[in-house]
Amino acid sequence: MPTINEIVSEEIRAQARKLLEEGTVAAVIGYAAGTLPMTVRPLVVRSPEDCSKLIWNTFCVLNLANYLPATLKSVEPPRGPRDPKPEGPLPKVAICATGCWSRNIVVQTQEHQVDRDRVVVMGVGSRGMVSRRKVEAIFSGKEILKVEEGDHELIVQGADFSETINRWSVVRDNCQTCTHPDPVLVDVRIGEPVSERKPPNPFIQVEKIEQKTVDARWAWFTEEFSTCIRCYACRNACPLCYCPTCFVDDAKPQWVGKSLDAVDTGLFHVLRAYHCAGRCTDCGTCETVCPMGINMRMLTKKLNKDVLNLYGIEAGMQPDAPLPLTTYAMDDPQKFMANEVAPVPSMAPATLGHRGPVPGSVKEGK
Amino acid sequence: MTEQSTNWEPKIIAFLCNWCSYAGADLAGVSRFQYPSNIRIVRVPCSGRVSENMILSALKSGADGILVSGCHPGDCHYISGNYFARRRFALLSNLLDFIGVEPGRVNFSWVSASEGEQFAEVVQGVTEKVKALGSASRLVKKIDALETELQVA
Ligand code: SF4
Ligand code: SF4
Ligand code: SF4
Repeated sequence: MPTINEIVSEEIRAQARKLLEEGTVAAVIGYAAGTLPMTVRPLVVRSPEDCSKLIWNTFCVLNLANYLPATLKSVEPPRGPRDPKPEGPLPKVAICATGCWSRNIVVQTQEHQVDRDRVVVMGVGSRGMVSRRKVEAIFSGKEILKVEEGDHELIVQGADFSETINRWSVVRDNCQTCTHPDPVLVDVRIGEPVSERKPPNPFIQVEKIEQKTVDARWAWFTEEFSTCIRCYACRNACPLCYCPTCFVDDAKPQWVGKSLDAVDTGLFHVLRAYHCAGRCTDCGTCETVCPMGINMRMLTKKLNKDVLNLYGIEAGMQPDAPLPLTTYAMDDPQKFMANEVAPVPSMAPATLGHRGPVPGSVKEGK
Repeated sequence: MTEQSTNWEPKIIAFLCNWCSYAGADLAGVSRFQYPSNIRIVRVPCSGRVSENMILSALKSGADGILVSGCHPGDCHYISGNYFARRRFALLSNLLDFIGVEPGRVNFSWVSASEGEQFAEVVQGVTEKVKALGSASRLVKKIDALETELQVA
């Protein structure tokens, strides 16, 4: 009896082959097996023969949307920066996408980084991806040579041991609190759709920090980011960080220093997270790729919480609405103002077709 | 730099929009409303121009407090600059609170060109808050400490 992910892998290979053979797409973005246990490698397939390399498993933790703009560019006929766009439709690219990645594609479309008409989304309902770090922590000190995957358990094997662990117990934190695991964009459905999840409180990890005193929060912040080596993997792996010149590379003025000074590192993280406000889909890639195991996702998750609380918006859920920071409502909350006056119009629900907060998920914002 | 003596006075950087708050500060001066001399004014075209980079950069460079002030909602010279700014400031203010920067370090207000007296009050209030907090240390880059460290090494 094949596992769910084996069925999904087979479907991805078949659909990718079909799309490439028909000439519908010029490339397919997916995953190939990695060289180490519990790793996978993003792969761009350009010919039907290579489709057999594509796989899908529970360790697909990198956000494939990150590779979409460059892949789209790579399939265009070569042209100089000033040459006009060629006549006729440009080649398309297919991409495997779970809930959060598909929401990133929505954001990329809203920000004109991606032309939706050129993307074929192969939608996969996500069952939550496993954190390699969590598995390694269980077997600390032992070398894991192979991990086999069942639907609900992992069989972890080393030279002299073989143990079965529960899969959900090692699923990444962001996946455990995910509410929309099924893709919002689906052109080709892979596997079965998964239903909306209702974790008791999607912001529980953030609220634990919020409940601390201000001094304890500062202690948490300094401690959490003290080991950062400024490799910028968290930035590079994120599909939102496509700026040609990132603020950390600005020289005049230099907003953050290049040193490992705690303040420079702290400012890098505050600003990077802030740049993702209203755009972050909590895909967890930034946290996953960090070589130092820093939970910088707490900052973006806090912003996600505030954006939802204050403006009723979740990134990527409303393709037709503007991004939260590119719009406004007359009566946006302004309790943080030093001399707050009553908002101009009455406290009518926010305009522009905003959704209300997820029921029972959040308390009144501050 | 952070030596605190009894007659320590905080330095507060005030980003004031050209059309309302800066004019409000001007009016306060012309009308002889007294307010603390702790603020250093940076005139900006609009509160929408004030980026998180500018605010954090001021903190990093040793400001004890920040005040960002613009036109009241509905009065923006550029029609909607302050509405956009309000969303960004709300998120920034919450994020700074989240990481443990003391509430009261970074302040936002609306002051119109005709509110000289209100401007003086806002500055008074902000200065008192910052004085109560003492000199800033969080997100302040300590160049002195770094230099000493380098000399020792
Ligand atoms: S951190 Fe900010 S400036 Fe840098 S790439 Fe990301 S969004 Fe752009
Ligand atoms: S900030 Fe992190 S969690 Fe958010 S979209 Fe980027 S990589 Fe994903
Ligand atoms: S990936 Fe980790 S170590 Fe690298 S810059 Fe980001 S937080 Fe720092």
